[in-house]
Amino acid sequence: MRFEDLDKITDRMRKVMSLREGSSQAKITVHMGTCGLSAGARKIMKALIQCADETATKDVIFSTSACAGLCSREPMITIELAGQAPVKYVDLTEEKAKRIFSEHIVNGKIVAEYALAIGSEQTL
Amino acid sequence: MKSCHTHLLLCAGTGCVSNGSYRIKEALERELGRHNLQDEVAVVMTGCNGFCAQGPVMTVQPDGIFYQLLSDADIPPLVEEHFLKGRPVQRLMYTPPETQAPIPKMSEIGFFKKQRLIALRNRGLIDPENIEEYIARGGYRGLAKALGAMTPERIIEEIKNSQLRGRGGAGYPTGVKWQSAARHQSDVKYIICNADEGDPGAFMDRSIIEGDPHAVLEGMAIAGRAVGSGHGLVYIRAEYPIALERLNLAIKQAREYGLLGKAIFDTDFDFDISVFQGAGAFVCGESSAMRASIQGEPPEPSAKHTHATEAGLWEKPTVLNNVETLAVVPEIIRRGAAWFAGIGTEQSKGTKVFSLVGKVKNTGLVEVPMGTTLRDIIFDIGGGIQGDRKFKAVQTGGPSGGCLPASLLDMPVDYERLAEAGSMMGSGGMIVMDEDTCMVDVARYFLDFLRDESCGKCTACREGVDAMHQLVSDICAGNGKQEHLALLEELGQAVKDASMCALGSTASNPVLSTLRYFSDEYEAHIRDHRCPAGVCKALLTFGIDPEKCKACLLCNKNCPQTAISGEKKKPQKIDQEKCIKCGVCRDVCKFDAVTVQ
Ligand SMILES: Cc1cc2nc3c(=O)[nH]c(=O)nc-3n(C[C@H](O)[C@H](O)[C@H](O)COP(=O)(O)O)c2cc1C
Repeated sequence: MRFEDLDKITDRMRKVMSLREGSSQAKITVHMGTCGLSAGARKIMKALIQCADETATKDVIFSTSACAGLCSREPMITIELAGQAPVKYVDLTEEKAKRIFSEHIVNGKIVAEYALAIGSEQTL
Repeated sequence: MKSCHTHLLLCAGTGCVSNGSYRIKEALERELGRHNLQDEVAVVMTGCNGFCAQGPVMTVQPDGIFYQLLSDADIPPLVEEHFLKGRPVQRLMYTPPETQAPIPKMSEIGFFKKQRLIALRNRGLIDPENIEEYIARGGYRGLAKALGAMTPERIIEEIKNSQLRGRGGAGYPTGVKWQSAARHQSDVKYIICNADEGDPGAFMDRSIIEGDPHAVLEGMAIAGRAVGSGHGLVYIRAEYPIALERLNLAIKQAREYGLLGKAIFDTDFDFDISVFQGAGAFVCGESSAMRASIQGEPPEPSAKHTHATEAGLWEKPTVLNNVETLAVVPEIIRRGAAWFAGIGTEQSKGTKVFSLVGKVKNTGLVEVPMGTTLRDIIFDIGGGIQGDRKFKAVQTGGPSGGCLPASLLDMPVDYERLAEAGSMMGSGGMIVMDEDTCMVDVARYFLDFLRDESCGKCTACREGVDAMHQLVSDICAGNGKQEHLALLEELGQAVKDASMCALGSTASNPVLSTLRYFSDEYEAHIRDHRCPAGVCKALLTFGIDPEKCKACLLCNKNCPQTAISGEKKKPQKIDQEKCIKCGVCRDVCKFDAVTVQ
């Protein structure tokens, strides 16, 4: 073990630890009410997790919540970047979710064409 | 666990384990599997969460939702509702009795809100069996800094500046102790970690080792570097099986990662740690008795003509530090002395861990800045007295600590204030007592413990504690005399002055502090033959209220002494000669007709 190895281990564990501490740069909430589930929320979740793994994005945490009250527009997710208003995305497919991940989470640009509203209720 | 987005941090401290947390783990894994969620939700076993009263407890991260009092049967609906459908289950959340509104987040529960965690910085957050999680939370950075950027003198200076004082009882300045050991030249020196924790009801040190064993190992290695020692030894009681297992595993992992052993961080520093199991006598926690115990001699204290830092274990310079003391050392090195010295009071810096037990609602493990008041600890964090009874006293400092009354509730807790009040910090036991506790009986209980645990070597402690116990027992039995009180004071002072070790010199505290604050209870026992709390049996008189008695004869039939007599349909009577005050009549009476005076 050298001094630098502590940094390597910390870096490798960052994802686990930001999840444990509940603090991170980005939080994705997948709405998993009955409506969301039947519209395919679980597939969306899986696709997003896969994106996080593939791009080795460490500073993102996932959360689930119940029905957001807009059942006709499910599957739906909310993305919150630290210090910014949350953004809700609706009528999602796995493809759309992947694009949102790479543009919004990785590059910080909101995908306006899929967004429902910016600045809805806070959950963080 | 690679892509899991949710971690269930399930408490695997001793309390929760005995309430079935491993069964809950199995149920969780089974149910998660059933819903095909095993790749999304991981179950992680952590050390003691601290909120032991509500165990088994579990925190859901990243959302910080706190579940409590879990049973196997709760798991299937919980997994389906929360982890499949995203609806947290209110029924399993902490619900304060005052508001009746469930509190979802751990960080918003009163018990956790006022705490400040340094020694317990990783509690409930990491898997104690995984060294990488400790490292990812800043672990072994203190050691890295100590080895890479500091001289041994600088380390000692830093600890001195932090004003850290020993958490094991005496509150001796840690930096001064290290400096003394560093000054004595020797080929071999020892760093001993005191994990004997013999106080009844105390579990601070056990929880630290169970929840964050590497914090202790890292602290020991830093101490080793500071004083020039390559040998660490943890003296742990054998009655702590989970702590022992995690400690051994942590040592093994630290060796594998090159954080113990030869040339740590490629420097010239070699340090390794072994474990010594003690058999659990209270006196073994005392430094000279511990040394005798390790050397294979009878565990008796000896007179200290030389400091252990000059000639301790096997006559070599030795540093003995408590578990909690060592666990905060890495944070002081990592974050700097000024940070630590900025917390606490004038002469007591940093935080202290207390095991809060007794008649308090939220029993558990709490860590607060020095100077927090007793009221904050017992009422804000502890949630007040069980059954909303009246607070009578809090006993601090372990068996030879003292009992403090309600008038001192606003006292800030630190070494000096507790000592002035006739108690002590000890290692951080805090036993809360309500109005149904008899303070004379409490003094008798602790004297009984100390009488048993006295090693018997010096007369003052062996005979003195026994004599005090006899006098207090007489008072409880109704045979007390007025002159006993002065005699107790005198004996207490003599035992304090003449005992060789701190077991004896503090053994009078339970008597002296109760005499000081609760003399009215002693008086009532002696003068009026009355136990105001209704505890001391010999002083109770059972009677039957003829107004309330419905002559159902239940008491009559149940009395084991046939002391109750009376005609059918007439109020019953108790024969005081025959009555043994067992209380069965009171327990069976449906009309509240049995009176106790
Ligand atoms: C009877 C008796 C029992 C003790 N038991 C413990 C104990 O269980 N744990 C502990 O750390 N210190 C215990 N101590 C205090 C130790 O003697 C010693 O002061 C302490 O371990 C030093 O470490 P510290 O400076 O870090 O507090 C006990 C002292 C006495 C007199």
